[in-house]
Parts: sequence; C-alpha cells; structure tokens
Amino acid sequence: MKGFNEIGFYRRIGLKLTIAVSITAIIIIGVYSYFNIKSQRDVMLAEVERHANQLSETVKNSTRYGMLLNQRDHIHEIINTIGKDPAIYDVRVLNKEGEIIYSTKEDEIGNMLDKKAESCYACHAENKPLEKLPIKDRTRIYRLNPDSTRLMGIINPIYNEKSCWEAECHAHPQYAAVLGVLDVSISLADVDKQITNNQIQELLFAIISITAFGIIIGYFVKRWVDKPVRELVKATNEVALGNLNYLIKEPGTDELGYLGESFNNMIKKLEDTQHQLVQSDKMASLGRLAAGVAHEINNPLTGVLTYSSYLLKRAKENPQLQEDLNVIVRETMRSREIVKGLLDFARQSTPKKTMIDVNEIINRAIAVVNNQLKFGKINLVKKFDTNLPKITADANQIQQVFLNLILNAIDASGTNGGVITIGTSLITLSPKGIKHIKKCVCPKNHSLINNEYKIGGNSSIRLKIKSNGNQGFVHLDPIYGNHRHFFGIAFEKNPNVMLNCPVCDLSLIDKNAKCPECGGPVYKIQIPNQGFVEGCASFKDNWQKWEFVDGGGEKKYVEIQIADNGCGIPPENLNKIFEPFFSTKGQRGTGLGLSVVWGIIDNHNGTINVQSEIGNGTTFSIKLPLA
Amino acid sequence: MNKQCEILIIDDEQVVVDSVIKIGEISGYKVDYTMDAKTALEKISGQNYQLIICDIMLPEMDGFQFISEMQSRRNNTPIVITTGYSTMENAVKSLQLGAIDFIPKPFTFDEMTSIMKRGVKYKKLVDADTEKTGSLFYVQCPPRYFCLGYSCWLNTDYDGTVLIGATDLFLKTIENMKTIELMERDEAINQALTAAKIICEDESVHQLYSAISGRIIDRNEKLLNDISLLEKDPYFNGWLYRIIPGEYDYEIKLLASCSSNGCR
Repeated sequence: MKGFNEIGFYRRIGLKLTIAVSITAIIIIGVYSYFNIKSQRDVMLAEVERHANQLSETVKNSTRYGMLLNQRDHIHEIINTIGKDPAIYDVRVLNKEGEIIYSTKEDEIGNMLDKKAESCYACHAENKPLEKLPIKDRTRIYRLNPDSTRLMGIINPIYNEKSCWEAECHAHPQYAAVLGVLDVSISLADVDKQITNNQIQELLFAIISITAFGIIIGYFVKRWVDKPVRELVKATNEVALGNLNYLIKEPGTDELGYLGESFNNMIKKLEDTQHQLVQSDKMASLGRLAAGVAHEINNPLTGVLTYSSYLLKRAKENPQLQEDLNVIVRETMRSREIVKGLLDFARQSTPKKTMIDVNEIINRAIAVVNNQLKFGKINLVKKFDTNLPKITADANQIQQVFLNLILNAIDASGTNGGVITIGTSLITLSPKGIKHIKKCVCPKNHSLINNEYKIGGNSSIRLKIKSNGNQGFVHLDPIYGNHRHFFGIAFEKNPNVMLNCPVCDLSLIDKNAKCPECGGPVYKIQIPNQGFVEGCASFKDNWQKWEFVDGGGEKKYVEIQIADNGCGIPPENLNKIFEPFFSTKGQRGTGLGLSVVWGIIDNHNGTINVQSEIGNGTTFSIKLPLA
Repeated sequence: MNKQCEILIIDDEQVVVDSVIKIGEISGYKVDYTMDAKTALEKISGQNYQLIICDIMLPEMDGFQFISEMQSRRNNTPIVITTGYSTMENAVKSLQLGAIDFIPKPFTFDEMTSIMKRGVKYKKLVDADTEKTGSLFYVQCPPRYFCLGYSCWLNTDYDGTVLIGATDLFLKTIENMKTIELMERDEAINQALTAAKIICEDESVHQLYSAISGRIIDRNEKLLNDISLLEKDPYFNGWLYRIIPGEYDYEIKLLASCSSNGCR
C-alpha cells in the first residue's frame, strides 16, 4: 500500500476540493464581473448619450434664432464657442444636400458629405431617406481611424417649421420636411478611461476574492477534511502494523468525527476479539503443554510410585520406615492428582469430593509455601476455628485454591514483609446474598444470563427495560438478595416499568402479583429445575423471593478468609481478577490462577469474594457449603 | 505361584517397563517386554501371552492401532491400555475398541497387581468358554442393556434415570470379594472412571468403571452389607447406582448394545 505522503500532491482530496470550489468561484465571480462591467458601461454610455442629446438640443435651440435671421457669423460664433469644450470633438450643421455649412473645424465648411458617411447613415441606410429619426437611433459610436479614441456622434435633424418658411430670408420652401442636420460628436476618451478603470478594478476584485476564497476554503478543507483523513490513515496504518492501542484522539463531531469514533469502536472490538483469540490460543497451548507435561511426568512418577508402594508393602515390620515411605507414596499420589488436575483444567472436570478438614488443607498449603513466607519476611497469623466440621470437597482442588491465594498474598506483600492472616469459621447464612443464580430463562427458554456485563465478577442477568419512553437494558445482580443492579438507561423508579426478555421480547412481569412492600409490579424469572425468582420490578425496594431456596432455610458454610496488608487491588481491576488470563504480573503470571480458583469454588457450589483497598491490603473470603 | 503365566508390557519408557516387570515378578508373573508395537506383534505370534499391557503413545504404531491389529489377527489375548495422558476420552476409546482395562500412569503396586490378576483370570475364562462352546466369546447380559468394555453395564429406566452395575464376567475375574466401597449420593461420576472399589480377601482392590457420566441419586445400600448379592444377581438386584446421566445421548453411542451381538 502507498504511504499517505506518497499520494501525489495533485491527487489529494483537499487540493481537488479547493480547486473545484475555486473554479466555481471563478465562474461565479467572472460572470458577475462581466455583467457588472457591461451594465456599468451601458449606464455610462447612456449617460453620455443623454448628455450628448441635451447638448445637441441646446446647440439647436441656441442657434435657432440666428438661423431664422440667417445671421451666419453669429451661428459660427456659437458653434465655435461650444466646440471649444475639450469633451466635444466637433459640431457640424449640414444642409439637406449634405453640405457642411457650419463646423467647429472651419476647413470642413463647404465640404459635401457622401450619404454613406457614418453621420448620414442612420437616415440614409435605405434608399428612401427617413424623415423622422427616433432618439435612440440618433447616436452612433465610431472611430475616425482604428487608433483614435472613440467618439459618440449625435445627429439632430432640423425640421422645417412655419417660422422657417415665413422667415425674412425665406430660405426654405414650405414642402421640405427636413432642412438639415446638426451633428455633434463627443469624445468618449474620458468615458472609455473610466470604463477601463472600472474593468481593472473589477478584475482586481475578482482575483482578490477568488484567491481569498481559495485560501479560506483550502484552510478549512485542510482542517476539516485533510487533517482527520490524515489521522484516520495514520490510525489504519498503525492498526495494520499491529498496534491495537492506537486510538484517534478527539475525533470531532462531524461525519469524519463520527467515522473516527466508529473506527475507534471497531478497534476496541477488534482488540477484544483478538484478545479472545489469543486467549483461546493460550488455552490450546496450555492444553498441549498439559498433555506433554502429563505424559512426560507420569512416566517417571510411575517408577517412583510403583517402587515406593512396593517398598511400603515390604516395610510392614518397620513402622519408622513405613511412615517415611508413606510420605513418598502419598506425595507421589498427590503429584499424580496435580498432573491430572493439569489435564482436567483444560477439560473442566468435576471435583472428586471427599470429607475434608479445611484447617488441615490450609496447613498443607502453608507447608508448601513455607520457604517463600520466610523469604518474604512474612508473618503468617492463623485464626482457625478448631471445631470446624468437615466439608465435602476435593482436597487437592481446595488446597490449590489456598495455595494460589496465599501466593498472591505473598506477591502483594512485596519485599518489605507483611502480615497474612488466614481465618476459618463456621457461619450460618440465609441464602440471600449467597446463592448465585447461574441459570435463568424467559418463558420461551431463552437464557437471560449475560456473560459480558459482570457484577461482582459474576455474569449478570440481562433484561430489556422500558420505562417512561426510555428503552434499554438492566443488568440484575446474579447473587440472590444482592441488589447491585446496573441500569443501562436513565431510570426513575416507577410502577409502569416493562421488563422483557432481550431475545423474544416476552414480558417478564407477573400480572397477578404485587410487590408486598410497595405494591408495584413484580418480575418473575424461571430458574431451570429450581422454581422462580421474583422481585420488585419498580426497584423501589429490595424485595426478592425465591421459594426454592428460601424453603431450604438458613445454611451452614465454612468461611475462609485470607487477608494481606499488601498493595491492594485497584477498584477498576476488582471485577476482572477472576477472569481467565487477566494478570497484572506481566510475564510472571499466566492470568489463570484466580480464574482456576473461581472455577474450583464455583464447582463446589461455594462463593468467593474479594475486598481490597489500595495500600491497605486485600481480603479474599471463600464460603463453602457444609453439604 | 504360577510361573507359566506370561505378560507382555509394551512401553517406550524404560522405567515403566522396569516397574511392570518388578510388579509382575513379585506377583508371580513372568513379564516380557518390547518398546514398540511392531516388535510386540512379532513376539505375540511366537508366544501365548496371558495378558498384554500396552501404552498408547508408541513410535510408529500406537496402542489403539495395536488393539485393532490384534483383532484383525483374531488374537484374543486380553489387552490393558495404560497411558500418561489419562483422559476420560482415552479411557473410553480404549474400552470401546476392545481393551479389557485402562490404567492411568502413574499406578501403584496394588493397582497394577489387581489389573494383572483380573487380566490373567479373564484370559482363562475366555479360553475355557471358547473350548466349551466353540463359538465367539461374549458377555451374556440381558437385552436392552449396554456395556462399556466387558466390565460394566447400564440399563435405562423408563423415567430417564440409569442403573449401572458390574457384569458377571468382571465379577468372575475377581476372586474372594470381601467388601465394596461405593460413592456417596449426589456425587458426580464419569464414564470410564472409577465408580466403585471391590476389596478382596487378599486385600487387593479392584476398580469398577462407570458406563456413563452423571450424578448419583441412589445407591444399592444392600451391597455394603452383603456383597454376595453382586455375584448372585449382577444384572438386577446387584445394581450399584441409580444416576441421572449428564450426556446420555453422546455417551450411549460409545457403548455396546447387549441385544445385538453382545458386549465384548
């Protein structure tokens, strides 16, 4: 794949967008300027035309009296005076035959103009001369030669009238309609200069605006498009290289921001999936390792066990020897069970339960780690209940649990020593707050257990909740009688709540029941083979009922507490510690220890809880049922 | 003791071979050995072994292939499978293929001795039966019963629970039974793993497998007082446990049906 920086400058989306927008701007501003210039020019010319017409009319009127009296010198004088104005190129009066009678340019006087001359053309374009000329046709713009300035000529026909044929000089016959033409030419040099100025100004404005437009658009495109795209490309490249921790910082709120956010979500999911893959890979490797270890270790163990068990048989007369050999046989058998446990771990076997003395098992576990306790300068305090009844459990598995927890406590204590307290006691508890709901279903047999959201390390019970137009999920605490529920929506305790199965949407509200404490609705969830759990659905109070369990009354448990005064576990990790492969020990741990502990206790229908305070230490409490 | 009995141990691990030879010697069996199954097949054609103890993971030909090869050669020498990789699956597979026993490594002196005793006795019974009837030997269990290997049976009751017990052939391989140790109610048992221990007059302990996995809901308390019931009526009054099976549909497929061609 090409690197982002290898994409040619001309191929970049930002540049393309900038160019596209600039071209649009050029077209719009160009067209606007064109019409603007055109209309300005038209307005100016119209103004000049009006001015010229007025001038022509003024000349005509001011010479009228002179003409009637035929005072030619006087007329000459007027025309010359007017013609002195620099804006006026010339003023001419032509008679009907086309002879120039008066002109500001005296050398022209007496010349005959051809009818095709531009000053005559307006009327004489067709063979029959026009007698009336509309005002708009009287003007013409022309150049004397291609290099000269433009001129505007205005023809003003002098019509015959009564005073003309009745004048004393009696120069004109009554039938003639047009007596001559007054032709005024005005120089357009100033106007043209003005127009050119305007054009230059307009062009400058257009260039400046287009440039500004391009720069501004370019800036925002860079900021809104180029930068986020660059960030996205960088992130995808990072992910391609295997860095799943790379997240887009501040993705923003627009569509690209949304894309960035969904990219981040995707990466999180990807990370989770990869994590799981790695986990199952770890699991598979562990299985292979276990098989290999089992096979390799069991062969030498066979030698140890057969010979020692044979010697034990032979040593019947020697009690001292027998005792020693017994240790070898017993411990080899234990090794056998450990290896078996290793194999079983991958296969989640059921515990081999016998009647065991918990205190004795703890002592055995302590004996294994005695050296580590000494090494770590750790003071171990035993607070055993010596009258503890035996419980039904797998001795090896339970020993493994204690071993794991003591080793964790030693690790938590660090190098400066510490105190580990192990206490055992017999407690009587109501099933509430102890009994773990591991399976529960809706009336259509859909499992409601949600393994993703955990409460106290246990998979929660997920229900769909509808309340006050809000809809979402509620995660119920799976420990019967505990109420650490999690509401996925803003939820106000109210009696109109709906609780449904997330799969089939079937209502889980029992319409025939009312909460005995608040009178509100009651949810009813089936526990396969163990009746129903009911509870207050408006969550106004903590009423819960499970006849199957309540009927059994209070139960006796052996409680084992293992406490250290070490570093503690951060609150954010407390919920994760029992998950397989969760480890804070880096390379030193497999992350399996506590998950195995949890699995073993769970297999014994017991519970394990952890309480921890940073800096003050951690206490694990295990409750194992007596029967 | 009977020095004519001969046992063949096939294992690629010297210490295991040594251990079995030692146990054999002390128990009065002459033990031969090979380190691989190919050589074992050669040895077998020349000699009449009473029992073959075979590892699963062997070079070239593994234990399972060895059982199949022996069957295709119509050799009825009983085979006991032993392995360091002692999973339930391996145990079931061994018994299903026709091994008479499965003994996980490491084993104790007594565990191996009882296996040897039963194996040799089994061979005698089979030989005697074949001589008498001239036909293929099989376990005579009632119709609709299922067997795992030759030792344990199960009978599915109408309510879905399952009765399990020991076959008459298994009981015949054990001499002078004294007591039986049963598991407790509510305990879980696994297919092809120990379900009961029969202790004989000579203090030898014989482990009986369960034909299926599940949870024990009842056990035959009468057996604890009177073990002779087991021998007298192994298929009816001599039942061991009533259990709720865990994975009936899967596990029943691994068993042999008595109604078809008998359990062998």
